Amino acid sequence: MSVPPIPSEGSAAASEGLNPRAPEGQRKGLGADGTVYIEHDHHELSFLRKYIFSVDHKMIGLQFMFTGLVMLGLGGALAMAIRWQLAWPWTEVPVIGELLFPATGGAMSPEFYTMLFTMHGTIMIFFVIIPMLTGAFGNFLIPLMIGAPDMAFPRLNMIGYWAMVPGLFFAIASFFVEGGAAAAGWTAYPPLSTITTAAPGSMTGQTYWLLALTFSGVSSMAGAVNYATTVVKMRAPGMTLMRMPLTIWSLFISALLQLFALPVLTAVSIEQILDRVAGTGFFTPTNLVVNQMNPEMAGEAAGGQPLLWQHLFWFYSHPAVYIMVVPAMGMASDILATHARKPIFGYKPMAYSMMSIAGLGFIVWGHHMFASGMNPALGMTFMVSTILIALPSAIKVFNWLGTLWGARIQMTSAMLNAIAFVSLFIIGGLSGIWMAATPVDIYIHDTYIIVAHFHYVVFGGTMFAIWAGIYHWFPKMFGRIMDERLGKIHFVGSFIFANCTFYMMHQIGLAGLMRRTADPYAYEVYAHLQPLNEFISISAFCLFFWQGFFVFNFFWSIYKGQRVGRNPWKGTTLEWDAPSPPGHGNFDRELKVYHGPYEYASPLVEEDYLMQTRKVD
Amino acid sequence: MRLLVTLLLLLVPVLGVWTFWTAEENGWWMPETVTTYGPDIDFLFYLILWMVAVFFVLTEGLLVWFFFKYSKKDDSKGVFSHGNHKLELLWTVVPGILLLVIAFTQMETWAEIKYRGNLPKSEPIAHVWASQFDWRVQYPGADGEFGTWDDVESPHLFVVPSGEDVVFILHSRDVLHSFFVPEFRLKQDAVPGMAIPMWFNVNKALREEGLDPKDPDSEDKEAIRLYDLICAELCGWGHYKMAGRMEVRSREKFDEWMAEQQANVMSNDKEDQS
Repeated sequence: MSVPPIPSEGSAAASEGLNPRAPEGQRKGLGADGTVYIEHDHHELSFLRKYIFSVDHKMIGLQFMFTGLVMLGLGGALAMAIRWQLAWPWTEVPVIGELLFPATGGAMSPEFYTMLFTMHGTIMIFFVIIPMLTGAFGNFLIPLMIGAPDMAFPRLNMIGYWAMVPGLFFAIASFFVEGGAAAAGWTAYPPLSTITTAAPGSMTGQTYWLLALTFSGVSSMAGAVNYATTVVKMRAPGMTLMRMPLTIWSLFISALLQLFALPVLTAVSIEQILDRVAGTGFFTPTNLVVNQMNPEMAGEAAGGQPLLWQHLFWFYSHPAVYIMVVPAMGMASDILATHARKPIFGYKPMAYSMMSIAGLGFIVWGHHMFASGMNPALGMTFMVSTILIALPSAIKVFNWLGTLWGARIQMTSAMLNAIAFVSLFIIGGLSGIWMAATPVDIYIHDTYIIVAHFHYVVFGGTMFAIWAGIYHWFPKMFGRIMDERLGKIHFVGSFIFANCTFYMMHQIGLAGLMRRTADPYAYEVYAHLQPLNEFISISAFCLFFWQGFFVFNFFWSIYKGQRVGRNPWKGTTLEWDAPSPPGHGNFDRELKVYHGPYEYASPLVEEDYLMQTRKVD
Repeated sequence: MRLLVTLLLLLVPVLGVWTFWTAEENGWWMPETVTTYGPDIDFLFYLILWMVAVFFVLTEGLLVWFFFKYSKKDDSKGVFSHGNHKLELLWTVVPGILLLVIAFTQMETWAEIKYRGNLPKSEPIAHVWASQFDWRVQYPGADGEFGTWDDVESPHLFVVPSGEDVVFILHSRDVLHSFFVPEFRLKQDAVPGMAIPMWFNVNKALREEGLDPKDPDSEDKEAIRLYDLICAELCGWGHYKMAGRMEVRSREKFDEWMAEQQANVMSNDKEDQS
């Protein structure tokens, strides 16, 4: 876009002072149609400032995305090892077995198995899903969708990414320390996690794990402060709260969740570190006998309460579950509306239901503890609040369906993944009701039903929304579009294999198999589940390797994908007003918002979309 | 592509329902319960299952239908609608009421099983100690008191009488464990530093199939039934093999076993002294 000559001092545009507080290095010009064009100073940044220590929200978003994708591969590989063990326990692990376990002829040890699922959960939650949703999409989309040139605090934003890096280091390095990686589950329940003799992973690995969590928390906190401030203070003129796209609502809400919940996790992580290294007694009780000896004699912590950790951990980690799904809901809503060529059905109920999910999210943590020994009367109140949280989720599902009614569905990869999100989220949401019901939970707590449930929410739901988001916003990120044919192949396989993998876990769980077991067939009653476990594992391997289509498509399209203009999907929201990819400062003209975010099929204009910035007389 | 995706979306509710429908005959289902409160839990499970199944089929069905119907090539504009207040009200109030019904129907059963005030009045039969990676059951000796020299300690095996309320106290010596017997529909974490009282009443175990369960004379008094006692909370590398056994005997058989154990303790004690 060429910029018209800059008006001289005293000219109409300059004297009107369209933006008296224009950032330094920004100039303006008035187009013939009255559009105010903005030209940003072109800084030649060094490689280091542009790609490594960038303060540009788009680059930071991409950094989070690439890191998240690499960690997704690692977390997925851990899951493959888990599935190998569950289908064919104590047999030689292919490819890596000889290398990792020479002593046993390539079969994994039960200690190693406990590390596998601990680190699988930790990596997927703290280094894939949360960084991808809030880090990658939050960073990339918030300024673009509200019409801001960048985040409110660009340097803090950079710190947010770099604070995660030591966390990554500790998470990966923990595999190589004495005793190996943390092995107390991603929930790190004491005293298994606090007493060094209780598990090999509790020697040094657990301390590394806690440090990894703390750093990832600092990263999320820096992000959350930034997102909330940016959404509140930096919206373009006319962008009222009720004109914000649901993606922005969802990211704003999860930023608030993090702001209020994360300090608790950081505090308890530090308390557990102190229990482990300084002999304090927050969570480790007195008079234990571990390995025929009282750990207090060896100077370990004592005098604490194991349930205290569970309460405080879940006070963060339950809202964290919503941090992992609410942005996915927001993104799926935007993608559904855009590719359905139809306004979101019930915009306000959609926004309010996300708020109530977040609000209720703070008073449901006890549903993870129905079997924990917590006062059963508390279980009763947590049950009611938890069951009620199904209501806003149901409202969202009905509104997504309402959005599809009477739509003109475009069969894009982004749309297919967003529809898969709805289909699979329904399953994950509905199975949650069993868990909320305390008497039923007595049976299904800690069984594979739980594993099925949260994988349907986080993989079936969030992961498909992430794929949808990548297909949808890739053109904005790289100025090119991903290959649609490969995208559809990727979708079909992923959808089939994800269902084959996770649906059958309901059945295994109903049969009573507990989670986190290294050998399901140690109990005779579960021997007949072996074929089913084999089926699940083979599906999981297919799901894993099927991602090759995505990886290839992603990297190929960055360089070779078809070039597209500003608005390849004919979207209405502000990011499609910016060049693809947007330059420094994002927008090359001044924006004013006149409409809500979903004016598709509007009778006011001839086209089937009315952009938020388009003024209609 | 349109038909393929429609089919895929359709397979979710079809295969989903089919899997649950056939799960019992495939052995992918809850084992039959043998305790007094087991049927209550199962009833609540099925209540939720049916409500959930209706919503599952309804929502997935609408998704398939809408996808199929509205993905046709069509150059006209879609319906310009931002929502419908009455519909919103409908799908807020109806699920809201159903969810409250679900919530309130759970309460009685939960209170019956877990509230301390509802614990049967009988004396605890045993203290159950969990540790890495075994179960130890401590019964009182002939003196009827816990913590004396003649206590009976039974490793891995928890023997209980059938047809009566059995109260026991759950402990852990080291890390968290969880006492889980699938057929009993009972699960409770064992927490170090806490003594958690639990109860159950196995009232079906000793009845043979085909006999009238309501007729006390139809009990097979000779039968001894075994159930797996499973640790359901991660407790370390050996979590997978922390297996115990529940043995349900008739009252007479239980007393016989107990007398035998107590005699063993006595004779061992005599050997120690001599």
